[in-house]
Amino acid sequence: MPWVFVLPALGLYGVFLLYPTGAGFFYAFTNWDGFAASPHLTGLANFRHMLNDPVAKGALEHTFLLAAAIVIVQNAFGLTLALALQHGVKTRSILRSLLLLPACLSPFMVALLWQYLYSPTGVINQLLGDIGLHSLERAWLGDINLVLWAIAATVVWQFLGYSMIIFTAGLRGIPEELYAASAVDGAGRWRQFKDITFPLLAPALTVNLTLSLIGSLKLFDQVIAMTNGGPGYSTETLATQMYKQAFIYGNFGYGTALALVLTVIVAAAAIIQVSVLRRRELART
Amino acid sequence: MNGRYTAATFGRELVCVAFVAAMMLPLYLLVVLSLKRPDQAASAPFSLPLHPDTANFKTAWTGGGAYGSTSLGGAFINSLIITAGTVAVLVVGGSLAGYVLARRQAKLAWGLYLLFLLGLIFPLQAALIPVYVLINHLGLVGSPLGVVLVDSGLFLPLTVFLYAGFIRAVPRDYDEAAITDGAGHLRVFWQIIFPLVRPVTATVIILNTVAIWNDFFTPLVFLGGSGHETLPVQIYAFVGQYTSTTQWGVVFASVLLATAPMIALFFAMQRYLVRGFAGGIRG
Repeated sequence: MPWVFVLPALGLYGVFLLYPTGAGFFYAFTNWDGFAASPHLTGLANFRHMLNDPVAKGALEHTFLLAAAIVIVQNAFGLTLALALQHGVKTRSILRSLLLLPACLSPFMVALLWQYLYSPTGVINQLLGDIGLHSLERAWLGDINLVLWAIAATVVWQFLGYSMIIFTAGLRGIPEELYAASAVDGAGRWRQFKDITFPLLAPALTVNLTLSLIGSLKLFDQVIAMTNGGPGYSTETLATQMYKQAFIYGNFGYGTALALVLTVIVAAAAIIQVSVLRRRELART
Repeated sequence: MNGRYTAATFGRELVCVAFVAAMMLPLYLLVVLSLKRPDQAASAPFSLPLHPDTANFKTAWTGGGAYGSTSLGGAFINSLIITAGTVAVLVVGGSLAGYVLARRQAKLAWGLYLLFLLGLIFPLQAALIPVYVLINHLGLVGSPLGVVLVDSGLFLPLTVFLYAGFIRAVPRDYDEAAITDGAGHLRVFWQIIFPLVRPVTATVIILNTVAIWNDFFTPLVFLGGSGHETLPVQIYAFVGQYTSTTQWGVVFASVLLATAPMIALFFAMQRYLVRGFAGGIRG
């Protein structure tokens, strides 16, 4: 296996992602506007500015809230559906396909669809009116107390099938004999789930939690398309703020400083998660 | 566990069907509203379009060309070239790299594997201006090749991760036997390993095709206004006037035209997708 086989991939990855990311992070310590001839080193000024920037602090908070809501709800639904469709249900393969279908749509186009559903004259309000709940009708994307959860719901809607499929694949890897043996020992459904299913699903859980956490921390297209960070700054996330600072306000240095913070958060979350979950996987085998 | 079909199973089936039906409601609306006139869409959004009206699709197809520098048909071709070109690079480059990183015991192999994984966590926005400057130096801004290069760098980490994980689960005996037979490394790879990892190749093709076809941000930055726009960029330029006047039928017809190939691909290859995931998790 000659090392030269790695070169095409390493070359493309190195030149078109690794190097530009590194160069970008260098600018996090400058006041570069993105186009001036030479950037001016300013040390940690961008990071100090962040501590006094209420929009950046809000963006950090919204990023964490969105990620927490998406990771928990998407995986809870994904696991429940994988279990519910595991045995006996005759329509299970068609139901699984339909659940996975939204994941192949463009997040940008899904955002267009939900913009309609959430609009003041959209079908969500129409349905609420039809069943007599006029008091619950509202401008879903215009209410600062709801808008973050409205965005999270579209992400969960699009990707819960993806989580379900990974859990389903994990369930298929659990030997049937284990259930038969534990049934002989008189174990009930809950004991079987607690002692067999959940521990042996560990690899699928690791994959699912890691993918959904990284994806939701970096969430961008849906927010830009549905609210563009508004109303006010109520849905700005680190990803939208870094984009706006760098490309709209011309503060490229500050934008990449935000990008660096986001990268560190994503990396820390991924490393903690994978090492904790792997330890759990190993403990069981 | 594979017991009889009891009343409880039937109850579970009903709950599952009802849940999935509710989940499909937005997609149902996407289709039926694309076939209705604005007045019908506003007064009775849920009803089946008994007299389907294709005017929205005509507006989307012809108007889609009038508002950008290319036609919607041209945007289809651009999306196709960029997606197929990038996926070909990813399959060849990713499988070769994944093979070496999975088989070599050296510390360097593990280090390189971790270096690729690092790419999964970088947000693209941080790299965007430097990579734009680079592509501009190469004279490739506005060219499909520029997007192929940027997307290759962006999607190689996931591809290498999937291949390396899967190849680790393939017993070494296969390639070692062939190599003692005197076959060259490239031939062993191409004739023995590559066919064995077909399930993960299918997964790599589907995941990357969907991601690249649907990608909005990269082609917007590198192709906007060039005459080589992809479908999402073309549609973005076109639908603004219709979302602001709430003519959702035209918006949804555009979305359906751009999405149809992905939906077809999904139904044609979903078996491989599910199998690929199963392999990846055991690997």
